[in-house]
Amino acid sequence: MANIRELDVNGTRRRIDADAGRTLLSVLREDLDLTGTKYGCGEGQCAACTVLIDGQPARSCITTVGAVAGKRIVTIEGLAPEGKLHPVQEAFLEADAMQCGYCTAGMILGAVALLRSNPNPSDAEIVSGMNGHICRCGTYPRIVRAIHRAAGKGGRA
Amino acid sequence: MRRRDFFAALGGGIAVLLVDDAGAQQAGRGGMNRQMPQDVGAWLHIGEDGVVTAYTGKVNVGQNSRTSLTAAVAEELRVPVASVRFIMGDTALTPFDGGTAGSQTTPMMWPQIRRAAATAREMLLDLAAQKWKVDRASISTANGRAASGSHTAGFGELTQGQKLVQTIAANVPLTPATEWKVAGTSVPKIAGREIVTGAHKYPSDTKRPGLLHGKILYPPQFGAKLASLNQSAAEAMPGVKVVHEVLASPRAGFGGDVVGVAAPDSETASKAVAALRAEWTPAAAQPSSNDVYTYFKQNAEGGPAAGAGLTTYTIAYIAHVPLEPRAAVAEWNEGKLTVWTGTQMPFGVRRELMAQFQLPEESVRVIMPDTGSGYGGKHQGDAALEAAILAKAAGRPVQRNWTREEEMTWAYFRPGAVIEVAGKANPDGAIAEWEFHNYNAGASALRTPYHVPNAREQFHQTKSPLRQGSYRCLAATANNFVRESYMDELAHSIGMDPLAFRLKNASNDERLRAVIEAAAERFGWANRKKTPNHGFGMAAGFEKGGHVATCVEVAVTNGAVKVVRVVEAFECGAVVNPEHLRNQVEGAISMGLGGALFERVEFAAGKISTNRLSRYRVPRFADMPAIESVLLDRKDLTSAGAGECPIIGIAPAVGNAIFDSTGQRVRSLPMAPQGLGRSATGAG
Repeated sequence: MANIRELDVNGTRRRIDADAGRTLLSVLREDLDLTGTKYGCGEGQCAACTVLIDGQPARSCITTVGAVAGKRIVTIEGLAPEGKLHPVQEAFLEADAMQCGYCTAGMILGAVALLRSNPNPSDAEIVSGMNGHICRCGTYPRIVRAIHRAAGKGGRA
Repeated sequence: MRRRDFFAALGGGIAVLLVDDAGAQQAGRGGMNRQMPQDVGAWLHIGEDGVVTAYTGKVNVGQNSRTSLTAAVAEELRVPVASVRFIMGDTALTPFDGGTAGSQTTPMMWPQIRRAAATAREMLLDLAAQKWKVDRASISTANGRAASGSHTAGFGELTQGQKLVQTIAANVPLTPATEWKVAGTSVPKIAGREIVTGAHKYPSDTKRPGLLHGKILYPPQFGAKLASLNQSAAEAMPGVKVVHEVLASPRAGFGGDVVGVAAPDSETASKAVAALRAEWTPAAAQPSSNDVYTYFKQNAEGGPAAGAGLTTYTIAYIAHVPLEPRAAVAEWNEGKLTVWTGTQMPFGVRRELMAQFQLPEESVRVIMPDTGSGYGGKHQGDAALEAAILAKAAGRPVQRNWTREEEMTWAYFRPGAVIEVAGKANPDGAIAEWEFHNYNAGASALRTPYHVPNAREQFHQTKSPLRQGSYRCLAATANNFVRESYMDELAHSIGMDPLAFRLKNASNDERLRAVIEAAAERFGWANRKKTPNHGFGMAAGFEKGGHVATCVEVAVTNGAVKVVRVVEAFECGAVVNPEHLRNQVEGAISMGLGGALFERVEFAAGKISTNRLSRYRVPRFADMPAIESVLLDRKDLTSAGAGECPIIGIAPAVGNAIFDSTGQRVRSLPMAPQGLGRSATGAG
């Protein structure tokens, strides 16, 4: 398979040299040192590895780099590029919506995508929109609260 | 660490070392080059720049000990939270610690850190009094500054030019909880910003120059032995190093042969392991998850209990499923080993590494970055040993991040159990007889907190076909599930309300009664209204210094159980951080729901079939009930840990609510893996 030479990550063209069949997750973490995106299961079941591809949430552990060449990739590191936190990040802090924090990056990007498609979701819409994400520490009620809080502030993305 | 090393590492200033007994306190005073006392529990340093650095061997796995311990320093030293830096779980920098387990950080380490900080404050008062030649009592401290009359100075200025060490005993007086200004408040999570921006480096994020990725060839079943190995195809792959070493202490189920590879990236490492040609000698027959309960009783030491009329409950093995699987990076440098790894026992992992490589203490350093959870599941140094073995052979640093399948197979599990119980209640509600036998799970919360004359309670050691170990509250969840379910059975047998029955028998435990009453009141237990398919249940318990009572409402539709609402009252002495405590209570309820309803490790012939998240269901958003926590803040009592006890109420409360709804008593955990119907057949 041909190698992929370049990825558009967080608004920057990044040089890589990766087999097109490698996972986006491993290229982000190992080649580009973007370790904010987490491995949780390797089969798209926990969403810890969520990134945005052209604005849509994707599980980077089951996405190949070949499939995303030329597309806009946003990781957690790119959500607040100028140092000011995104409203969803702020809301997670205010709601104390984490314990160990390992799921948090994926949760935040999932929430950003949810709010983009549904700026003012109900509880039920948050639950169905976020149900693919696992927080083993069980901070789910706080994450729901954080998403409501961010929705109230209008999600910049 | 020697005194001169300490200041060499930190710069000048003052340091306070807290030791556990007065003899050691004397021995620790004085001389520049004297060895630091060996039994220091905690230490703290105030630099000339005013930066406060505190040290503990405890670690943070999401329970927010970093925040609570920082608040302890801020409280006693009278400095802003932001000026305190905490070094945790680094065997080269922090005092020895037995491990972060058993909810001991709050009752044990928290007061130690407070005493160290309180002593440092007293030393600063002495320095200020000498410097300004004023009466010590005239000096006030706040916000990291001392002041007296026209004099004022930051703490750092007061330490100028000093290299003072004071060793103190563990009995220095502390600020009482009623006077706390920082402790006892909802100090926001330390490093929360690093987490929401992805900047925090978890163990699996560790990078080192020239890092290779490691992978291990695991046996095809527990107990299988390596018979032969052909590594030529793997070795022929570019950049791949194949390693075959033997563990100093064989690992249960895994054995002693470590066969693995180090490769330039993780995908190549996986391909190289797949290219290893190994033959295995199969293990002898092993029980499966279906017949393990019979196996527990057959193998009980001293034989099973002979009691008549015992009712049998069963508890499945479950997995911790920390979202960050075990991970380690190992680096060798001139015979010295440094390992970054996620573990609740950094000093225990150091011991494992010392034994494996025959190294002295000072040649092994284990560093534990704040980790992606543990729940009692990260005590051992498996990943650290694997990384260190591979790195030594490869001559370069190696990262060994376990996959989810490896985590859910080769870690250890919360023990399964058979529990047998019998009892009798008098017509007035008093429990007249009580007999309780736990096979395999353990003795935590084995004893009933209720007033029962002549209770017979016994833990029976037996054999476990799976590697098993610690888990949030360990056996207390199993024992409490059975006790509180059976309490309901007894209440039902005499037609008494479960609340009245518990209060009647909790006459000797005022703290237990208080949580039961608080939960029932918030829940509206007395006014609960039966509606079709809905049921109500409650449970209470005591463990690890905490008291908990849980009331739930469930809806059961065609065997599907939905927990609708949970009210949990929790009391663990003086509350250290209300918001973080609520978070722990909510999280424990969430995690406990999994073990209550659907989590179960399935295995046969030494293989785990529930080795992925697509095959092992953990609680998700859609499983969440409405949760209300009621915190009872007992400022007159010592603070106890809160990471564990709040998990023990949910399973029995749900079981009792299922009974209330359906009339079906479910005597096995999980209660409804595929809905209610099939779970009953799991009981053995």
